Amino acid sequence: MKQTGLWYRLDTAARAIIPFVLTLMLVLLSLLPFNTPDYAPVVPSLAMPAVYYWAVFRPDLLPLWATFLIGLVQDLLTGVPLGTGIMMLLVVHLAVMGQRRIFTNSTFPMLWVIFALFSAIAYTLGWGLAALLMPMVPSGDPVMLQYALTVASYPCLAWLLARAQQLFLN
Amino acid sequence: MTRIATPLKAWAQRFSFLLIIGMTFALMVMGSTDNRLVETLRTQVVDITTPVLETLAKPVNTVEQLITNVREIAELRQINADLRAENERLMAWHHRAQQLEAENAALRNLLNLVPEPGMRFVTARVVGDSGGAFVRSVLIAAGETAGVSRGQAALAGQGLVGSVVEVAEESARILLLTDLNSRIPVAVGSNRKKAVLAGDNSPEPSLRYLAPDEEVRVGEAIMTSGDGGVFPSGLPVGVISQVDDTGARVRLYADWRDPEFLRLVDYELPGLIAPLVEGQDQTAVN
Repeated sequence: MKQTGLWYRLDTAARAIIPFVLTLMLVLLSLLPFNTPDYAPVVPSLAMPAVYYWAVFRPDLLPLWATFLIGLVQDLLTGVPLGTGIMMLLVVHLAVMGQRRIFTNSTFPMLWVIFALFSAIAYTLGWGLAALLMPMVPSGDPVMLQYALTVASYPCLAWLLARAQQLFLN
Repeated sequence: MTRIATPLKAWAQRFSFLLIIGMTFALMVMGSTDNRLVETLRTQVVDITTPVLETLAKPVNTVEQLITNVREIAELRQINADLRAENERLMAWHHRAQQLEAENAALRNLLNLVPEPGMRFVTARVVGDSGGAFVRSVLIAAGETAGVSRGQAALAGQGLVGSVVEVAEESARILLLTDLNSRIPVAVGSNRKKAVLAGDNSPEPSLRYLAPDEEVRVGEAIMTSGDGGVFPSGLPVGVISQVDDTGARVRLYADWRDPEFLRLVDYELPGLIAPLVEGQDQTAVN
């Protein structure tokens, strides 16, 4: 009986860190070098849609400090001024936390539009911070491009994360 | 009990929220002041992640190769014809280079030139690409143990790609020429007009600090000047692609999407006199 109790607890713990681990994996995935032609020098931020998704659907499994850690790892790996990426992810997470009411019963297109809005705020802030922390103001084009790619990647990513959620967490 | 617990919980939540925001700001300040702790943390995290990235990159590379193969099979005839034409052109250059080499050696002999500093190459696989909106850098799976050190030049097939900015034990970060922070001393054209190649996150970096009376034209070649003694002189960089009132832009020989492997140039400078001598040597060649 005690054995099952332990296994049960281990199982629950393993399931509980799935959102964190998956998001971290997405950070690594977005770092992989794709050398095929026709591929833009800018890749979408995969962590941002993931943080948004978990903050909306399983806020219990992605606490704020988890988002902080994901942002920290991402910043250290990509080499951006430290804190820029963390702040962008935190903004999305905090925006979801603050507007919890609008997410009850919202449809998929609604969620997408809200994500586009929240990530627009995050990118504007990120660009501002980068301008403060870098020797000169970074050009806006790559930022706009990454924003557009990130928003465009949301449906696909949300679908995948929903599958993962069904598989592991329900 | 719950009457006390609820406000306490809310207070704890608010406190942790403030703590996290505070920590983020503290990290920003630490990161922007070249903190040693931040650098160590960065290199450590990169070192731990590199093997994971290497493993993840394998299936990606396979798929990539497959795509390239399919593409190439479709265009085989055309590629073959192009290569034949290029080969003919290159043969002519090959003869020319041999002639020049012989002439160069003869002239060196006459002048009693100090021999060029030795160069050693380290070849490394690119395992990570920041691909972000704010920075242009890549991670390679070679570090201190392989002889990588700060400031080394990184070359891809056709030309200079960037320079080493961070070195960990088994990995290193290369700042690409297109990055906002990249500044490389270069020489323009056959008369070696000095300038600085400055990245701005766009695909084509700009030329800065040209002498006001000097003009550059589209199509002029850019190579490293060797000023500052960090890079060897004469590494191919690119050609001028456009010139307007605001300055000149450079199309790099090494396309950003090329590097699957990078060659790092370990440049052993015997003394401060060497770059000067090499500079003269370059003008003699041209």
